[in-house]
Amino acid sequence: MSADATQRAPQGRTLSAAPGSAGLARRAWPWLVAIVAALLLPWLFFDWSTHRHSGFALTMLSEIGLMAIFALSFNMQMGQAGLLSFGHAILFGLGGYCAAHTMNAVKAGAMWLPVELVPLVGGLGGLLFGVLFGYVATKQRATAFAMITMGLGELVAACALMFMGFFGGEGGISTDRVIGISLFGVSYSSSWQVYCLVVAWTAIAVLLMRLQTQTPLGRMANATRDNFERAQFVGYDPRMVRFCQFALSGFFAGIGGGLYAIVYEIVTFDTVAAAKSATALLAAYIGGAGGFFGPFLGTIVVVLLQSGVSLLSNAWLLYVGVLFIVMVMYAPGGLVGIIAQHAPIARAGRLRELIVPYVRILLPGAFSVFGFVLLVELASFTTIGAAQGKAFKIGPQAVDPATAFPWLLGAAALIGGGLWLRLEARGFRARWDALMADAKAKGVML
Amino acid sequence: MSNAISLRGVTKSFGRTEIIRGVDLDIPHGQRHAMIGPNGAGKTTLFNLISGRFSLTSGTIELNGRSIDGLAPHEINRLGLSRSFQITSIFPRLTVFENIRCGLLWARGYRYSFWHLLGGQRALNEEADRLIERLNLEDRRNVPAGLLSYAEQRALEVGITVAGGAEIILLDEPTAGMSHSETEYAVALIRAVTEGKTLLIVEHDMSVVFGLADVITVLVYGEVIASDVPARIRGDKAVQEAYLGTEAA
Ligand SMILES: Nc1ncnc2c1ncn2[C@@H]1O[C@H](COP(=O)(O)OP(=O)(O)OP(=O)(O)O)[C@@H](O)[C@H]1O
Ligand SMILES: [Mg+2]
Repeated sequence: MSADATQRAPQGRTLSAAPGSAGLARRAWPWLVAIVAALLLPWLFFDWSTHRHSGFALTMLSEIGLMAIFALSFNMQMGQAGLLSFGHAILFGLGGYCAAHTMNAVKAGAMWLPVELVPLVGGLGGLLFGVLFGYVATKQRATAFAMITMGLGELVAACALMFMGFFGGEGGISTDRVIGISLFGVSYSSSWQVYCLVVAWTAIAVLLMRLQTQTPLGRMANATRDNFERAQFVGYDPRMVRFCQFALSGFFAGIGGGLYAIVYEIVTFDTVAAAKSATALLAAYIGGAGGFFGPFLGTIVVVLLQSGVSLLSNAWLLYVGVLFIVMVMYAPGGLVGIIAQHAPIARAGRLRELIVPYVRILLPGAFSVFGFVLLVELASFTTIGAAQGKAFKIGPQAVDPATAFPWLLGAAALIGGGLWLRLEARGFRARWDALMADAKAKGVML
Repeated sequence: MSNAISLRGVTKSFGRTEIIRGVDLDIPHGQRHAMIGPNGAGKTTLFNLISGRFSLTSGTIELNGRSIDGLAPHEINRLGLSRSFQITSIFPRLTVFENIRCGLLWARGYRYSFWHLLGGQRALNEEADRLIERLNLEDRRNVPAGLLSYAEQRALEVGITVAGGAEIILLDEPTAGMSHSETEYAVALIRAVTEGKTLLIVEHDMSVVFGLADVITVLVYGEVIASDVPARIRGDKAVQEAYLGTEAA
């Protein structure tokens, strides 16, 4: 539920007293598994007939990696320090511009730097601007902080179109990652090589951010979030805590931006724009700002919708928006919050009893989602799709959106599914409450 | 220099109303000093002035002979003054252990470090655990502080305050709302952790006050009407009229 939920159990006396090699190994293996899985994943999309990786899959996975860094760095402010920023992308984008200019300078022979360290330059750029903007923004908190970051976001976005030299105007700054200098003798001319670099940097950045939560600064960021006044009376200046946290978060956002520059070989105005900031916010909320890995989960969902669904539908952004609203309304703890809520029932050993109730609500849920998607797609087809000269299909069956049938079908599925869901939800809630009461009675709530 | 806390002509007004009306008070090092007075007398306001939460309207406050004029609360804390709150003020989403450790961090020199991993700071963690044991909260060590019972939160509040080992400790009604046995335990604890330190405590429970304090100050309507050893406060006519009389009745 909170950033410390994950630390509550294991970090007790045994671990803090003896961080021996056994404890280290136990904590290291999930990371190793994740890294290996990330490296194996693209092979699922490998085309064995042509012996080529799927460019689409690699780009999407790279995007997940760099956006996860970005979303987690956003959560260093929001989840950890309680600072809601509407302009976080400026730190990401400016890091990206710094990285792009650096690669161009290396390519031109003006300086020496291996490609592997370019994300670090992005990070330092992010840190520099984090210090600069943090100095202004972190004097305030809550609403005032949100407003200042919004203003800074607009300011940088406006600058991006004004200062051609650094931002390259509308066209952005193009660059070339094949700069010929590498620590490992890799050219980075293929997406697979780039993806490996992204995985490495994502692992480093996520690990460092994770460790940062366990430092005095990270803890005091939580403390000032919970009760900034009390923090003062234990000797901490909450402004200084916010400032340091903001600047560090800029460092990590900049690493994400640096990777962006390497992956796409162009950094444009979009990277500093408000929509980019909103993406971090969406990912953090959908995944759950309260747990460390929430924004990572959220990023996977958002990028899949963005890259996957956008291939099939013009309305992907609408789906992200609806998902966001549904999450904020019904699961403010995000996906990790939903998972965490099941923990007591799992500890009581009765998770299995939820399978049937889940199936019973997922069925009508799927109906209403189908109805909703059908209606949205019909609407979007009549306005955009038709102009693109495509045919409208439900599964393999082509239907004419000009007739009443598909519209009625969509409405029926949406309304019928919704009513059915309401009915089933009652039974589900009763089952859930009973299991929770049992968990409470067994004393396994925490 | 021999006074830990020294107030001269301290006044505080909120708008037109003057809440603190010219308080002079000297608390020597190592003294346990209790402040009593009816509700709304301005005891908490005085605490807020001494700890830097409010700024003075006029007068001076010195800690160890140093004026605290214009200092922020965290700067005053770093001079060696720590306070608790009448209305419980803890870090609700952090565990009991984390709460206590937050009370220790600055005092142990960790500052804004992002290069120390707290899990590996053995001395620090053991110190926090020792205090948790003394607070009788070891069963609740890993529970978010917001989920504690009221009495437990009050104990934690005192714990956060004394964790860093500040030389001057201000406690604002630490036992309010506790049961009789809890109060007894808390008083013993307060006595132990403030050994050799300067304590200023606001308390309504007269048995606590008379049992604990070396000197008692009576504050009524923002003015000190008496400040003396307990025996003489008990016999003071003005005090009985203004305060103790109503309390005893
Ligand atoms: N921030 C504030 N703004 C305006 N008035 C205030 C403020 N703080 C306190 N007061 C007023 O000052 C007076 C003294 O309040 P204070 O809290 O210091 O009393 P107290 O002696 O601590 O009382 P209690 O025993 O109830 O805790 C009260 O009348 C209160 O309403
Ligand atoms: Mg009070």
